[in-house]
Amino acid sequence: MSTSVIISGIGLLSALGEGPVAHWDKLQHRGAQPVIETKRFAPYPVHPLGPVDFSSQISKKGDLRQMEPWQRIGTFAAGLALNDAGIAGKSDYLDKTDMIVAAGSGERDTATDMKVLANIADRDDGDIRANEILPSNLRPTLFLAQLSNLLAGNISIVHKVTGSSRTFMGEEMAGVSAVETAVRRIKMGQGELFLVGGAFNSEREDILLNFELGGMLLQGEFKSICERARNGASGFVPASVGAFLVLEEKSHAEARGAKIYAEIEDVQSTRCNRQEGTATDNVRALFTRIEPELSKGPLPVLSGASGVQPILNEELAFLNDLTERGYDPAIRFYGSVLGHGVEAQLPVGIALAAITIQQRRFFPPFDAGSEEHDFPGSPEQVLVTGLGHWRGEAIALVTRAGH
Amino acid sequence: MAGQRQLDKRGRPVVAITGMGVITSAGRGVEANWKALTAGTSGLRQISRFSTQGLRSDVAGCVDFMDVEPYSAFDLSHAMASAVAHEALSQAAIASKNSFPGPLFIATPPSELEWPQLKALYERKPAGKSDNVYRHMAAVARNGGQNNQFNSFADHVRFASLGAHIADRFGTRGQPISVCTACASGVSAVQLGLETIRRGETDAALCMGVDATVHPEGLIRFSLLSALSTHTNPAAKASRPFDKTRNGFVIAEGAAALVLESYDGAKARGAQILGIVRGCGERADHFHRTRSKPDGSAIIGAIVNTLADACTEPDDIDYINAHGTGTPENDKMEYHALRSVFGNSITTLPVSSNKSMIGHTLIAAGAVEAVFSLKTILAGTLLPTINYDMPDPDIPLDVVANESRSARVDTVLSNSFGFGGQNVCAVFAAEPA
Repeated sequence: MSTSVIISGIGLLSALGEGPVAHWDKLQHRGAQPVIETKRFAPYPVHPLGPVDFSSQISKKGDLRQMEPWQRIGTFAAGLALNDAGIAGKSDYLDKTDMIVAAGSGERDTATDMKVLANIADRDDGDIRANEILPSNLRPTLFLAQLSNLLAGNISIVHKVTGSSRTFMGEEMAGVSAVETAVRRIKMGQGELFLVGGAFNSEREDILLNFELGGMLLQGEFKSICERARNGASGFVPASVGAFLVLEEKSHAEARGAKIYAEIEDVQSTRCNRQEGTATDNVRALFTRIEPELSKGPLPVLSGASGVQPILNEELAFLNDLTERGYDPAIRFYGSVLGHGVEAQLPVGIALAAITIQQRRFFPPFDAGSEEHDFPGSPEQVLVTGLGHWRGEAIALVTRAGH
Repeated sequence: MAGQRQLDKRGRPVVAITGMGVITSAGRGVEANWKALTAGTSGLRQISRFSTQGLRSDVAGCVDFMDVEPYSAFDLSHAMASAVAHEALSQAAIASKNSFPGPLFIATPPSELEWPQLKALYERKPAGKSDNVYRHMAAVARNGGQNNQFNSFADHVRFASLGAHIADRFGTRGQPISVCTACASGVSAVQLGLETIRRGETDAALCMGVDATVHPEGLIRFSLLSALSTHTNPAAKASRPFDKTRNGFVIAEGAAALVLESYDGAKARGAQILGIVRGCGERADHFHRTRSKPDGSAIIGAIVNTLADACTEPDDIDYINAHGTGTPENDKMEYHALRSVFGNSITTLPVSSNKSMIGHTLIAAGAVEAVFSLKTILAGTLLPTINYDMPDPDIPLDVVANESRSARVDTVLSNSFGFGGQNVCAVFAAEPA
């Protein structure tokens, strides 16, 4: 038993705007510029979200109050996707929608943390001092929001998605596994309607600290992914982004007259310890698995590269090899215009692939004068790469439905 | 008959369990736990890991015997996860040379810095800098010098790290999946394994749950939600599921691992079949972040979906391993949901809560209780609900009060519910005759 997996709804919220049309409007023109904030979190550049009217998707003030920005971004994007798919507010569909959310951690109350730290530093009785301060300073609404699965919980509460709710974790691979699991379940009849995606908020001190523990952030002046590769710079620029997809079994989508953006032909993932060369070998092997589905020649590629080295070079080694395998890859490093969305990164790439297939035109180069070159004509198959900044290698193939 | 495939009533491959490992506050290993729990022994103690001065609750099910010093949630999780995986794989005798022939599904607790790590970073920041404290700590993290001592902290905040370490050590295949459905996570890991084998993608899967978050902030968070038992003296009486005097759960640590295999694959290699994962089901609740819909429809839906997935009628269930946290709300809602599905027969069907003895192992609970459910089938012994001194007249259940009991058990329903509207259940059964 095997069927096709249709993308029938896209919810995208980023510094560039809301929804697939807004993103296409910005990215269809040559020289699209990323939104970058370099001062507020210096030395770390981030992609800030800008003003969003969250109440258009999260109508109850009480719900909004219980969410921090990460959850608001995700819940908003999930609402956009349900709306785009035409199932928002339709309980017949929402009651059987299976949800898989890729999540990291909720946001800490950094003001409370600083208060506690100032009181416990350089003291041996720090734990007792913390016991005195924490109970009166921790706020249940905020620490509940730290639970990874509460983004999914909020989507259930706000949008009434109740078929099932699972949250995957593990940075980029959480997003990969969310999409991959939904695709495999649909193909084998374990569900016919899914909401999958994730969100990331760059404008938070606690997450910047977390990623600096591994030295993973770009510092100083913003550089595109290609510039980072050329100049030996390493690090990612965090995105503020929410990306959700409604994935649907083909006949289910057709029966309800759903809009059909594209089809997810395949998602493949694996892992290694990142000894030199192993990630390149892995992604080559994944490509071999999907190659029977591909036509040789010009190949649009949406790379989810984070900009962290040495994995960026390992990915470039794979992409450069495509030429020898008979492909002419037109690569777009979407991290250059949107930043790195960590858990949301692969869902963002799949969303962009679906948009460009629907528009019948590939994005012009995001990065003028770089390795990115023009792709004339209508993209029928788009390769999306997802190599984790620390672990995990994945690729996905998005194609025109019925291709 | 050789070559004949064992399929369930829906034509899907039957999925067996061939290896189990468990750690709780009651002990290390399946046999040690079983001995303690059949005797009705509590693993709950006064907390000695950190000062509880000034805190309302000071009882927990700590796992303090894994030689993890100093404690951190990540290090203890890692130690327990490795130990239970080792136990399960040794029993299944399936892995050769650290190469397990299937994927890893692991339910893991939140990955976050705790106060000792935050304090260490804070104390290294330039003196007098009181603005942008987090930024200064990030600079400390980045510029920690050669052999940067803070690099190891990255393991604590990477959600992929626990799965990566277990995958490395045991040689599981492909990308590990780390799952969180709050207090239902452990059974979600089993469900993911079940689905993957049913899809025919693998013949085996390693499914695990682990939680090691008895630290001050963990305790204070649940305390502020009024979720914790305040019957703290004596500690062994703190957890009182289904009792009229219950007023909260007891936070606890633990881990469990289960080796799932296609029944055919397990038989073909001559493995011992410990039991069958007959089915799993779920249902999300949209009512509230921490409370169930008052009509119980989401919990009921999860149980109904589970029985349907398992091709099992309510009458087929011999015993229910309850979620049974001991909070006033959970136990009442769980009873009403069970009554709705099982009707009057629920008053005579045994329903017990392991949490009365080992506390609530949170993320691990569904996996831990899966192990005890299977052991119940194998041993023909129902684990008791201890501290059942004052029955709650609103919850007329046979809770296997205070003492274990012999019974023939072929089919078990195990319930798990969590914050965020998570409801996941499983049916485990004896090997088909």
